Amino acid sequence: MKTYAKKRMEIIIEAPFLNRLLDHLDQQGVHGYTVVPAIAGKGHGGNWSRDGLVSDAGRLVMVICILDPSDASTLLESTYAQMSNRIGIVSLGDVEVVRNDHF
Amino acid sequence: MTSFIELASANLLSPMVLFFVLGVVAALLRSSLSVPEAVAKALSIYLIMAIGLKGGHEVALAGISASLVYALLAGVILSFLLPLLAYGALRATTKLPAVDRASIAAHYGSISIVTFLAAVEVIRGLGYGAEGYMVAVAAVMEVPAILSGLWLAARSSGHSDATAGAVGVDRTLLREVMLNGSIVLLVGAFLIGAVIGDKGMSAVAPLIVDPFKGVLCIFLLDMGLVAGRGLRDGWRKITPAVLLFGLYMPLLGAGAGWLSGFALGLQTGGVALLMVLCASASYIAVPAAMRLALPDANPSISLTLALGLTFPFNLTIGIPIYIAAASLI
Repeated sequence: MKTYAKKRMEIIIEAPFLNRLLDHLDQQGVHGYTVVPAIAGKGHGGNWSRDGLVSDAGRLVMVICILDPSDASTLLESTYAQMSNRIGIVSLGDVEVVRNDHF
Repeated sequence: MTSFIELASANLLSPMVLFFVLGVVAALLRSSLSVPEAVAKALSIYLIMAIGLKGGHEVALAGISASLVYALLAGVILSFLLPLLAYGALRATTKLPAVDRASIAAHYGSISIVTFLAAVEVIRGLGYGAEGYMVAVAAVMEVPAILSGLWLAARSSGHSDATAGAVGVDRTLLREVMLNGSIVLLVGAFLIGAVIGDKGMSAVAPLIVDPFKGVLCIFLLDMGLVAGRGLRDGWRKITPAVLLFGLYMPLLGAGAGWLSGFALGLQTGGVALLMVLCASASYIAVPAAMRLALPDANPSISLTLALGLTFPFNLTIGIPIYIAAASLI
């Protein structure tokens, strides 16, 4: 099957900041994304878990979007500018997709 | 007057506090016991809805009075001013950065609705009278502290390069703060409670009134687990001076509440509830607002203080102290 090279951007961010990040992705013309809840983990601040929390603070979510390689660098730069002083991770990886026109 | 020992033992042996302690112990022992996030959220919705409805219903029965307006005004002023007291105490006793001081101060100016719920149950159980509108006072005390905390952070950023540009206050943030889910639900349920009358209230009582204490026990078990995890993992980041703040700040806040309650002429239970509101620290509305507005503030310090220290302190020792102090008036 023929596949096409794309970039997969993963953004792990604090839940309270999610809506602003999604607004930013919309403004940047990103066609689609998926938001996934993060269950638990460990970072510079120590262990964390979403179990039992009633506030959005303390929760992390992951936003996944597939991008055309020509757009990835600009989006990475503008996204990082939005969250450089926030708790989170932005990563960019290479993926292959089947439907080229979707991304 | 009920003696403090009797008050303390009645409080400590209540099922709510015992379930909270069970949660703390389970977390400290690294038990696999946990309450799923969705369940915890559903329980908090139930509790806020129930207390809002009951408060609104009681106000409707008693009618709107000048004392209600004065109490609301006092709540707003206290919520604005308590962060200044907290900020000053932290500046005098700790070496925390200004942005952390401002964030913690906002937490301590706002309120913990769960501490309030627990106090309402204890006060009712002891037979003290309390004004029904104290729920409304709780609702109006949620937000002003956030604005005070942001003002403190903005003011400090004007003097310190380390925090310059760190305060992200804008219209979107203010809208998100004002429309925070817990505030909308509490105010909405209060208004619904105020208009449904006795017939409406008795229709929902089997769900809203009767299971309330049992649900509060489950929720406090979860809060115990969260507080225990916070203590287990967060205490290393907290210096003794900051730790002490989490224990004396509730007493300072309660002192301000005691004076205000006395000035307002509230009943014994009302004074105790105002003290509880002033003594408690937010861990629902404020942390989310602070993460948006003050991303440079360390959330683990403020949450460990509010949830790991002040919440257990108020729930176990604080509430009996506040009731005993209120009954002196």
